[in-house]
Amino acid sequence: MLAAIGARSIKDLFDDVPERVRFPELDLPAALAELDTRWELESLAGSNLTASDCACFLGAGAYNHFVPSVVDAVLNRGEFYTAYTPYQPEISQGTLQAIFEYQTMICDLTGMSVSNASHYDGATATAEAVITAINVHRLKRRKVVVSPFVHPEYRAVVRTYTQGMGLTIVGDENGGSAGLTDLLDEETACLIVQYPDFLGRVEDLSGLAEATHAAGALFVVVTDPIALGMLKPPGEFGADIVVGEGQGLGAGLNFGGPYLGFFASRKKYARKMAGRVVGQTVDAAGERGFVLTLSTREQHIRRERATSNICSNQGLVVLAAAVYMAALGKSGMRQVAELCYHKAHYAQQRIGEINGFSLLDDKPFFKEFVVRCPEPVQRINDYLLDEWDIIGGYDLGLDYAHLQDHMLLCVTEMNSRDEIDVLVEALGEVTS
Amino acid sequence: MKLDPKARYTEEHEWARQDGDEIVCGITDHAQESLSDIVYVELPEVGDVFDEEDAFGVVESVKAASDVYMPLGGEITAINEELEDDPELVNQDPYGDGWLIRFAPDAPDDFDGLMDAAAYEAFVAEEEA
Repeated sequence: MLAAIGARSIKDLFDDVPERVRFPELDLPAALAELDTRWELESLAGSNLTASDCACFLGAGAYNHFVPSVVDAVLNRGEFYTAYTPYQPEISQGTLQAIFEYQTMICDLTGMSVSNASHYDGATATAEAVITAINVHRLKRRKVVVSPFVHPEYRAVVRTYTQGMGLTIVGDENGGSAGLTDLLDEETACLIVQYPDFLGRVEDLSGLAEATHAAGALFVVVTDPIALGMLKPPGEFGADIVVGEGQGLGAGLNFGGPYLGFFASRKKYARKMAGRVVGQTVDAAGERGFVLTLSTREQHIRRERATSNICSNQGLVVLAAAVYMAALGKSGMRQVAELCYHKAHYAQQRIGEINGFSLLDDKPFFKEFVVRCPEPVQRINDYLLDEWDIIGGYDLGLDYAHLQDHMLLCVTEMNSRDEIDVLVEALGEVTS
Repeated sequence: MKLDPKARYTEEHEWARQDGDEIVCGITDHAQESLSDIVYVELPEVGDVFDEEDAFGVVESVKAASDVYMPLGGEITAINEELEDDPELVNQDPYGDGWLIRFAPDAPDDFDGLMDAAAYEAFVAEEEA
């Protein structure tokens, strides 16, 4: 092959690379046999602690929910596993149908009429919701009002994603001291809230939705699809765009990724949303079939006018979510939500009774709640992990100045009553 | 190719027709035929102001999505809201029910500088050649 391109040696081939960087001395250990390599990697992997090795009460955006075996059984089929983006309907019916069913179920859960084929994660889906709202208003409104109780990382990603667009993002400064409705005006493109909010609380948002619409802005709701198994869908209280993290739907914690951003909206905003939509149609023989109905036309033929550069989706994680939702069905989704709700409420009540611990407020919540701790959260978490093999809650002091020594705890269907009782016992030891 | 003898034309295949002090504008029969089935029309808002040759909207067909341009500068006074539900009107009746916008021109006299039907017909013939 070297001869064919007119090179005499490998060294010759790399002539164009400057000599000083050409063959650097790498300080690497000697090569290992396969068995030795496996031992070394297993020992490294062994230092990881996973949610299946211990009791996990950490949530804050990544949730430890049960993944039925049927999810991986379908996911690992080569036809799905190796499929690339489904541009050609004639060879992609399986993938297209899975995406179509995913979209349909996301619409049912959120109460929206259109869902796209997904984004990378909840944070980027939220950022795309902002961009959609800006484009719905034809770039004439450049103010975004965001609740301080939208996930802090989502708010950071929205700011990163939209930098250079000349947006003003308000509402979450100083711990959200200004009322959100007071910030709404004719410059406002959208208002973003989270439901349940980052602290786990469930509030009636219909008044906020009305105020947002009165200002001519879009009401964007970031939500947890598991919670929607029992809570009222955002579409029923005025949401225009519903986005969120879909990891809880059959994707496992996956060390933080890949995750799944779902995005659904009212039909009239479909043309302004990013990504792609799979639709159902009939082929020449009258048989049911699936195609990309709305595919990022801007990116294909009018690039200079594209409102988003997203032209991909989370194919496999979408498939996991579709299989998960289909396997559980409506009653199964409700059952998971109710298990989370009841276990979380049991845990909250027990922890609230521990000397030194108290509850932040008595607002309704879903599967996460905040407790005020007698010691720094980090110290309690170290103790829980070292002494009890428990992964503790999220340290809210990291994001909210007024919530120093406050822990956000998450309880899902994965936490047994025994685990909760052990947590309560462990926390009791903190103060004794 | 159908033509409206009362309309004037642009090289981007829009037609413009005077109606009182205002101008009605759409895409030509030739344009709709080249685009084939139109599935979506994106229009500006009343009150929007554009310069001559600014893109004021998008006509999307099963084959392509094309910008549509102002024949003259002016302020939008009306849009054809029927097109939201029935974009195919542009195919069926490009010079009538398929109109896109009405606008108040900044310089009404510039209307006479646009191509008349004969000139446009010749322009299309040359473009096709």
